Amino acid sequence: MMIPFGHALAFAAALFVLGLTCVLLRRQVIMILVGVEIMLNAASLVFVAASAYWQQADGQVFVIILMAITAAEVAVALAMVVYLWRRKRSLVADVFNGMRG
Amino acid sequence: MLAATLLCITRRNPVHAVIYLVVSFFALAIIFYLLGAPLVAAFEVIVYAGAIMVLFLFIIMMLGLAPQETPEGPGWQRWAPLVLLSSSLMICTLMLIFQDPAASKDIGAFYLAPQAVGEALFGRYALAVEVISFQLLFATIGAYMLGKPLPKGDEQ
Repeated sequence: MMIPFGHALAFAAALFVLGLTCVLLRRQVIMILVGVEIMLNAASLVFVAASAYWQQADGQVFVIILMAITAAEVAVALAMVVYLWRRKRSLVADVFNGMRG
Repeated sequence: MLAATLLCITRRNPVHAVIYLVVSFFALAIIFYLLGAPLVAAFEVIVYAGAIMVLFLFIIMMLGLAPQETPEGPGWQRWAPLVLLSSSLMICTLMLIFQDPAASKDIGAFYLAPQAVGEALFGRYALAVEVISFQLLFATIGAYMLGKPLPKGDEQ
C-alpha cells in the first residue's frame, strides 16, 4: 500500500469527527455509545497506520488491548443502559437528570 | 466507509444504525488488512462486528426501542454549535496534519505476521495482558451488579 501517511491520519480524523457528531447529536443513550465506538475505531486506525509507518508491532499490540478495553466498556455500559431502562422506561439522555445518594 | 458511518449516525431507527455500523467495521477491517495488520483485521471482524454489535442489537431488540428523536424548537439552534464544533475541529486537525512534512511520506509496504504480534503481546506486553484480564473480570462483576433486580419501590 503506497498511500501517504497524512491521508490515513486525515481519514481517521474524519471518522473521529463523525463519532463526535453522533455523540453530540443523538439523544438516545445507546446511540451515544455507538458514537463512542466510532471514535475508538478512529483511534485504532491511527495506531495501525502509525504501526505500518514506523514498521513496528507495538501499534497493533495496542489496538488489540484497545479492543479488550472496548469490550469491557461496552459490557458495563449496556448493563447500565438496561438498568436505566428499568428505572425510567426511557433511554433519552435528558430524562436522567436526578441523583439520589 | 465514511458513507456507511454517515448513514449510521443519521438513522433514526437504532437497528438500522447498528447495521450500517457493522458495514463500516467491515470496511475498516479491510483497511487494516491493507495496512499490513491481518490479525487486527480479523479481530475487528470477530470482536467488533461479531460480538459488540450483536450485543448492541440484542439490547436494542430486548428493550424494543422505537425510532424517535423528533427535534424540538428551531432546527438551526440545535445544529449550529454542533456544526461549528465539528467543522472547526476537522479543519484544525487537517491543517496540523498537512503542515507536517512527514505527512506526505508514503507508508512503505508492511506486513506483520500474526506470530510477530503474538510474540510482542505476550513478551514485552505480558503485564498489560494481565491488567486487561483483571479489567474484564471487574467489568463482568460490574455488569452483574447492575443487572440484579431492583429493590422494591424503585421501579417507575
